This record gives sequence, structure tokens and C-alpha cells, in this order.
Amino acid sequence: MPTATIKYHKKEWAVESGMTVRAAIEKAGLDPYAVLALRDKRLINDQTIIEPGDEIRLVNVISGG
Amino acid sequence: MKCTKCGGVAVIGMPQHRLNLCAEHFAEWVPSMVQRTIEKYAMFTPEERILVAVSGGKDSLSLWEILVQLGYQTEGLYINLGITHENYSDNSQKHAEAFAASHNLRLQVVNVRETYGQSIPDLAHARRRGSRACSACGTVKRHIMNRVAYEGGFAAIATGHQVDDEAATLMQNVLRWQSGYLLRQAPVLPSTHPKLARKVKPLCHLYERETAAYAFVRGIDFIDQECPFSVNAKTIFYKGILNQLERRSPGTKMQFYLSFLRAREEGLFREEQPEAELATCRRCGQPTTAEDLCAFCRLWEAAS
Repeated sequence: MPTATIKYHKKEWAVESGMTVRAAIEKAGLDPYAVLALRDKRLINDQTIIEPGDEIRLVNVISGG
Repeated sequence: MKCTKCGGVAVIGMPQHRLNLCAEHFAEWVPSMVQRTIEKYAMFTPEERILVAVSGGKDSLSLWEILVQLGYQTEGLYINLGITHENYSDNSQKHAEAFAASHNLRLQVVNVRETYGQSIPDLAHARRRGSRACSACGTVKRHIMNRVAYEGGFAAIATGHQVDDEAATLMQNVLRWQSGYLLRQAPVLPSTHPKLARKVKPLCHLYERETAAYAFVRGIDFIDQECPFSVNAKTIFYKGILNQLERRSPGTKMQFYLSFLRAREEGLFREEQPEAELATCRRCGQPTTAEDLCAFCRLWEAAS
């Protein structure tokens, strides 16, 4: 299965394409309510299907306040 | 996922509203929610001048952008706390300044070390409470916001607190049944003294991920560094718990907060003791519930 790349903070890992962004977030043990996903610096919803070669950046949105 | 309004590609789903929106409709929806919140709680009017407390983060910069877009008279206030870890304070100041410059807005900067002689980490260290810099930080920020608002003749101080902040604070206060704090947690804190401006939270009906999404959609360049003192902060822990509840039952955070506000309005919480009359601080002249020095001045006296 072709892969895509997820980046979060300084970490980076490969995921299988064909899954949703939300599935990738949950698979990484992250809270889907605590991150947003960007592809090519544009916001994408978490039901987006990950395409081969995608580079998806996850951004933490929960701060200590 | 399609936009509920136009059928285009949605950038965000908001199950608690049963609403998915594309970038264009989301960028319209957020300011309309803020306007409704301002009107619902009678926060301020277009004739009044508002001091927006900005940290360089997503919430406060989004708030400032929205208020300007809605036509309110605003000025920004950035407080440089002197947190040097990974240049946190200087980086956040740069983001606040860049935002103000690009939107042609006036921003006042108060540097705590330059103005008062010590940074927040120095102050916390002097009190030998290094891990509890947050309480000193809160006291210092409140003092400076009140002073700047009074000197500048602002009608209100607006902060970027959203539902997640409010629900996390509420949870902490409820777990300890801190009725005094519960009574003072509100979208609007009216002025109780000519030197204390009204405090308002126009984002209090938006989730934190919505204010972040708005910043991305509008191209607002905010600091994504976390304050080094807030790593492992209790607030983040409580936000995580609330998000777990939200995943099981969308809208839980909002209901928790709004039901609390209704209960508060209905008089469920009351002061344990009658509110003390405000005295004047001997050192700085600001109003205080203490008899001699206010909390801010006691902090500096203890550190000197």
C-alpha cells in the first residue's frame, strides 16, 4: 500500500494511504479534538481520505491558557 | 465531508452544531457567532473603546481580527513576561506586533522586566515557587491590564477565552466547589470600581479548535509554541478529559458551560461572605480588597 507522511511537532511518520485523517490521528494515539490537520498549508477536515504521497501536518490546538 | 451551506468541501466539522463548513462559510460563521455572543451578554457597543489583551496566540489574535472586522474600536495590549526559554516571550511579541502592523492597528507593549525590574520567571524564582509562575503571572497580567485600561480610558478589556478554557476552569472550580470563583466566572465581569474596567470574553461560545481553525482559514500567523510553564498544566489535563466526554457526546463541553451560566444566573451560587469594600493600594493606587497593599504589590515586595 502506498504511503503518506504525517508530521506532528518535530516527529514524522508514515501512514497507509486510503485511511481518513481522523483514523490516522487516532492510530497515533492523539485526541482528534486536540489537533487540526493541514495539507499544503490548507486546513482539511478529519474525514478526508489520505492520498498516496500526501504530507499532512497536525497542529496542536489545546493550550494551557 | 461537505459544507452544510454550499455543498463544497468542508474544512471543519462541528458535530455539536450539526454543521460542517467550507473555508468561506466558516470564515463568515465565526464572526457572526462572536457578534451574537457580544449582543447576548451586552458586552460592549460600537461606540466604546475596547482593549484587546493579545498573547500572540491563536485565540487572542483571532479575537482581535474578528472585532476589527465587526467594526469595533480596538487597541491591543501585549505584555512581555520575560520568559526566555526558547525565546518564548520575544517570539510571541513578534507575532503580536506583526499582526498589528499588517492590520494597521495600534498595539501597546508592556515589558514586565523593563517596567518593574524583574521578569515573571525571576519573580517566581524569588518567591521560591518556580513551578508556580502561573499564579504570579496571572496577578501581574491582571494588574497591567487594569492599569492600561484605566490610563487609556477603555470601556472594557477583551480576552480570548473560549469554551475549552471556560469549561476547564469550571471543572477545576466545581471539583473543589469553590463557590467564590464560580460566582466570578462569567462572560462579562462588570466594573466594580472606576479603576477596574469591565472584562469580557467574546469567544466564550466557540470551541478552541474553532478559533484555531479560524486563524488558519484567515491566514493569521500566530505563535504555536506553548508557554514553557504550561507544559503539564492542570488546564491541559482537564481539557483532555472534557474532550473525551465530547467525543462520546458532542456538545458536552458547551452544555456544561452554558448550564452553569444558567444556574449562576438563577442564583445557585452566592458569596460565602459579603463582598468586601475596595480600598486603595498604598503603593500603586489600584483598588484592592486588602487593607494595605494589593496582591500585585505584595508580590514585588516579597521578591525585593
